[in-house]
Amino acid sequence: MANKIMITDPEKCTGCRLCEIVCSVKHNGVSNPTLARIHVVKWDNEGFYMPMRCQQCQDAPCLAICPKGAIYRDPELDSVRIDHELCIGCKMCVQACPFGAMGWNPERGRVFKCDLCHGEPQCVRFCDMKAVDYVETTRLQTGKMREAAESYSELMRRHGK
Amino acid sequence: MALNRKIAYIDLSTGDVKIEAIPLEWRRKFIGGRGLDAYLLNKHCPPGADPLGPDNVLLISAGLLVGTMASASARTHVMAKSPLTNLLGSANMGGFFAPEMRWAGFDHLVIRGRAEKPVYLYIHNGAIELRSAENIWGSGVYDTQDLIRRELDDPETQVLCIGQAGENRVRFACVMTGRKNAAGRTGLGAVMGSKNLKAVACRGTMSIAIKFPEEALEYNKQIIDQVISTKVSQIMQRWGTGFIFGVTNTTGLVRTRNFQYNQLPNSEDIECENLDKYSIGLDGCFGCQVHCRHRYIIKEGPYAGTYAQGPEYTSQGAFGAEVGCRSMNTVLVGNHLVNDYGMDTLEVGSMMAWAMELYEKGLITDKDTDGLKLEWGSDEAVIELVKRIAFRQNIGDILAEGPLPAAKRIGPESLKYLIHVKGMSNLHSDERATPALALNIAVSSRGSDHLRGRPAIDLYNLPMKVLDKVYRNPDGYDGPLTNSYSEYEGKPRMVMWQELVYMAVDCVGICKYHTVFLSPNHPQFKEFARLIYLNTGLEFSEKDIWDVANRGYTAERLFNLREGMTRKDDWLPDRYFDEPTKLGLPVARGKCIDREKFRTMLDEYYRLHAWDANGVPTAELLERLQISDLMTAA
Repeated sequence: MANKIMITDPEKCTGCRLCEIVCSVKHNGVSNPTLARIHVVKWDNEGFYMPMRCQQCQDAPCLAICPKGAIYRDPELDSVRIDHELCIGCKMCVQACPFGAMGWNPERGRVFKCDLCHGEPQCVRFCDMKAVDYVETTRLQTGKMREAAESYSELMRRHGK
Repeated sequence: MALNRKIAYIDLSTGDVKIEAIPLEWRRKFIGGRGLDAYLLNKHCPPGADPLGPDNVLLISAGLLVGTMASASARTHVMAKSPLTNLLGSANMGGFFAPEMRWAGFDHLVIRGRAEKPVYLYIHNGAIELRSAENIWGSGVYDTQDLIRRELDDPETQVLCIGQAGENRVRFACVMTGRKNAAGRTGLGAVMGSKNLKAVACRGTMSIAIKFPEEALEYNKQIIDQVISTKVSQIMQRWGTGFIFGVTNTTGLVRTRNFQYNQLPNSEDIECENLDKYSIGLDGCFGCQVHCRHRYIIKEGPYAGTYAQGPEYTSQGAFGAEVGCRSMNTVLVGNHLVNDYGMDTLEVGSMMAWAMELYEKGLITDKDTDGLKLEWGSDEAVIELVKRIAFRQNIGDILAEGPLPAAKRIGPESLKYLIHVKGMSNLHSDERATPALALNIAVSSRGSDHLRGRPAIDLYNLPMKVLDKVYRNPDGYDGPLTNSYSEYEGKPRMVMWQELVYMAVDCVGICKYHTVFLSPNHPQFKEFARLIYLNTGLEFSEKDIWDVANRGYTAERLFNLREGMTRKDDWLPDRYFDEPTKLGLPVARGKCIDREKFRTMLDEYYRLHAWDANGVPTAELLERLQISDLMTAA
């Protein structure tokens, strides 16, 4: 287990925000992007879109700053999780997260973050472009290597080497 | 929940804002979006109102399923009496405005009056505020949105606005949101301009509860898979709507040099494949996996470096086929300019092509154009003309009035070259070889228009069993259908069916590419019923949705009749009947529409709608649809 990670490819993102809405319906039963655990940040004047969400940091600031030990690492998915029994709602984690990936739900009086949908992220399932993806780390590596190698090998082929 | 969104009545003259609940009865009868707008327009727009006067009402709405677990539920609808046709003004657009308006608490805005000075509306979590737009007035569509976001210090704000064309009351100015989403047709931007209303900005964080979230989520996945599994969606995902041009141009179904030819030879440069050079990626409206338009950068000339979106099929026609231009750069620049000025690309293209034919015939001279040579294929003339129309300079000022008033100013001879229905220009499509499509533009409730009832799948020559499955439901139609697009028989039913499916999709707020428009296998009445149930809990049968659509379409018809439309307005320009096509494949060459057969189609179309021989809905129909009250208003 725990050999998959979430990746983001802004070049593929069409900015449709389906990921946001699917996330909010899945976790809250409502349509409300402000409650989604993923958000597409947009530069509308340039046409650049970047989906942002929890990176499940190894040395997670949210986890480190929690005064109650309510944030912990779940070994099964190698994800950062919240124990709402222990959470006192101080929101230190919301301030500490460098990505803005820890949210605060005023209606429920709770912090929230990506839980990888227990291994089946719905944002990934619905994103046809796979601008957000959940992939095995080894495959990600070899895939990128192949991509990078392609330009070199093409050059070599062209020069008949 | 999705049913608790409000309607706001806003008087710009007094600044009064009244917020009310939307009665459940209205949902049952009209669902929302365009259908409910049609009812409200009949009720709130006084008969004979000046379209650019304070009495006209501007309706802005989000369909019932906007922002929910319904794929591509992105659509904003805008309605008013049209300054272009003096009949129904109605246009629909994608983007992100409508979902934001729902998260801000509203489904329908009814705007009347005229602000003393330029204003914009700011809608934020149930509250509506009028703010000064004096510093923004004069800005284009791109800058307007940018300035408002900066003023509100919130880049997540969604803005619907007009550009300079709307301010200058160009009678085919658009209402826009984002880089290219346009409520394009019938001149609704001019209505906003006449009200001194520059924009509506929305920001909302109010949840829309989904009735059955788990099931709605799964059903949404099913619908998405259904839509993106069709070939046409997969082509659109890659190329956008520009792919259509290759097909229609090869066959000979596009208007070239206004209406003189039906094909533009040697037009490889404006084919969609050539967009790759300029594209930085595709762009999706809210929640849509079809993402049918490009984000592109202009590479040459004074606009090099500009970021824009599109161009759609329509712009290939407007800045290509119709005016005889063959340059992708011209298509990209023209498309960018009309979007930033906020003008209907289609009407602009048609007006330019008409002007060029008049110039060729000597009905317009260099004196009228201040020396601008309106010659076919002149890239410079086309780009210059776009600007002159937006800013109403010399010949542009005449063209900005729209087809009929412009023809009146130029002279009666010019009228016979005009390709319009009810005072609104046609798309760059040539329908002389396709009677079903010709009927569609003749009877559409907003003037010559393909998005009101075009049976586009008629062009595919589909097997009869496919047509039976689509066009005989959900009311059990047992009349004729034919699967050759040269035929006249059975086509009125196809047009009428499409009118109702497009009305239904506009009531729920889903994109037309997600229904039976370019594919027979896309969602329609049955799927809409299921989507409504899972997202809101309201129960409709597919036949109920059909009835709702019929009610909405009939309400639009009643508005048009009330404003003076008659049977003779459901007709084509003479050139369709008298000038055979010159180019294209054998199936499209040497064709024109047969007057008698067309008249028979029109009679049959009225009969299918349960309208009388003059095209007036019968009292029985209105009673059955429970909208007799609209007849008394008429």
